[in-house]
Amino acid sequence: MLKIVKKTEATIKQKIAINIVGIFAALTAAALFLALSGFNPLQVYISMVEGALGSSYRISQTVIQAVPLIILSLGIAIAFRMKFWNIGAEGQILMGGFLGSYFAYNFSQLPKPALLLLMLAAGAVGGAVWALIPAWLKVKFHANESITTLMLNYVALKWIEYLSAGPWKDPAAFGYPRMPRFTENAILPNVFGVHIGWIIALVLVVVVYLFLNNTKKGFEIAILGESENTARYAGISIGKTVLLAVCLSGALCGLTGIIQASAVNNEMSSALANGIGYTAIITTWLSGLSAPVIVLVCGLFAILTQGASYIQTAFGIPSAAASVLQALILFFVLGSDFFTKYKFVWQKSEHQTKEGK
Amino acid sequence: MDWWISFFSAAVVAGTPLLFATLGGIFNERAGHMNLGVEGMMIMGAVVGFSVALATSNAVAAMLTAAIAGALGALIYAVLTVTLRANQVVTGLTLTIFGTGFANFLGQSIVGQSTPAAIKAFFSNISIPVLSQIPVLGPVFFQKDIFIYFGYVLVILSGLYLYKTQIGLNLRAIGENPSAADAASVPVTLYKYVHLLWGGALCGLGGAYLSLVYVQSWQTSITAGMGWIAVALVIFSTWNPYKVFLSAYLFGGLSILGFRLQSAGIHISQHLLDMAPYLVTILVLVVLSMDERKSAGPKSLGIPYFREER
Repeated sequence: MLKIVKKTEATIKQKIAINIVGIFAALTAAALFLALSGFNPLQVYISMVEGALGSSYRISQTVIQAVPLIILSLGIAIAFRMKFWNIGAEGQILMGGFLGSYFAYNFSQLPKPALLLLMLAAGAVGGAVWALIPAWLKVKFHANESITTLMLNYVALKWIEYLSAGPWKDPAAFGYPRMPRFTENAILPNVFGVHIGWIIALVLVVVVYLFLNNTKKGFEIAILGESENTARYAGISIGKTVLLAVCLSGALCGLTGIIQASAVNNEMSSALANGIGYTAIITTWLSGLSAPVIVLVCGLFAILTQGASYIQTAFGIPSAAASVLQALILFFVLGSDFFTKYKFVWQKSEHQTKEGK
Repeated sequence: MDWWISFFSAAVVAGTPLLFATLGGIFNERAGHMNLGVEGMMIMGAVVGFSVALATSNAVAAMLTAAIAGALGALIYAVLTVTLRANQVVTGLTLTIFGTGFANFLGQSIVGQSTPAAIKAFFSNISIPVLSQIPVLGPVFFQKDIFIYFGYVLVILSGLYLYKTQIGLNLRAIGENPSAADAASVPVTLYKYVHLLWGGALCGLGGAYLSLVYVQSWQTSITAGMGWIAVALVIFSTWNPYKVFLSAYLFGGLSILGFRLQSAGIHISQHLLDMAPYLVTILVLVVLSMDERKSAGPKSLGIPYFREER
């Protein structure tokens, strides 16, 4: 009989090795998928890397893909450390974008630096408030946060759709339901060819890393994630810690929203998030909730996304294939994680000793 | 009066994909697994069912393959979360991304094609003798297509299965306390696999109703978030198959109310009405969670079960 037994915690080296095997298995499975669809997988993979990193322009496009993923993953990681399953990045992006663009649309006469700072702050507040609702429901009523955050994503989406079809509709758009473009002074500046978001992202990586690992609050969040009882015995105020951590988590997601609206889309729209809030949950999980690893994983995901949009034009492979590829990689990495904690052993019967190692 | 009958009748049609997917979600969650892959399994069923319908013009084959497609999606989820104990939330989300990508990839070659005539004929409305003559209820519930009748039967069978059979009792026990069920020699892993796959098959059927009957063609991202409403309706139905009747048709109706009201000259934004299922679900969840004695939903929901750790 095949049995599963716990093994001693794998070393870092073993973990990396297991993950690399997982990624290779995923690439093999995806190659099979591509081959069945009539493409040469090796050629496709090579062009993906070329498409993402082949020229300085392409690299800048890849960085633009990575920036929102990094900031979102940092935010989600704060909540996940506490085992607060914040699935609500998608909605927090939209509400951050909403509050930020409120200032972009109504205070465009302000000088550029003041307006941009105001927008970024409003974006963070929008996301934080939207995240505080499920946090409060969790603290007060023990309402399952993975459901409430998920539901609020759709409430936010419908709210933005409502705005773009009615109150915030661009009168110059010939009846098409879209919001006006931002004025020039509401658009974040470029630094070395990429919008300033990349600097914000890198600063936040350091800040979040220090917060989680070197401050009392960060430590309390980790304890709370390990065991609520331990946290209670240690005299940690559970409610306050949950609210604070989720507030920060939402603020980072909201900040991403306004950065994307301002620097990338130059307008607010209901397509602002477009699934990136869910992708970020995946990158957060893959990175093991560690800030430096987040940069690595999000970088890889950005290469995958940018590469996929390149092969779309080069090979006519639809962009949907990229989602399949990303999902396959994730399936294998999720599966391979098991082998860092458990192993299969073959047992002849209940009474005989285990064979193998 | 006619307006109401036509509205309720349309609500039943609009609620049918939700009915199947919500039933599927209930079986998943009763087995202790929160599956956020409902949307992905629905859309896999939608594309596979429609492709098979185009290729064979056989409605039964289309429904069957749609169910199998949903179940295969669920199989990936089951292997990862039951055997390999991966995080259920992350695995479910990935399944949705996978399913949507897979379906849009597969579906790009069939965009714009319409359901074959044989399929349309098979799913044309059939009036049930006697019942269809009842005022109001007749036209709303008993002058419908065979897929909808199949839904009625499934709801009742699911309720009987869950509440009146030993297997159903065992399943509910696993959802509440898998170690206790295991100790009573219920094969926990087998139960989880079977009911996750069955749940996936139901989600696949829900998707197939969309492409085969409701829209009658394949559209990119045809499910358009319906799977998430189904996740919400599992809670709104308090994990009870019978209540799916109410919740699926209620929210099916809500999803078309705005447009209907507009044609009647009343202007309420459909976007604001669309918020209702999500807001109401939050409210229901809060109310259920307030009662400390009862737990909101199966107690082991989301917690991986490992025999050696009990």
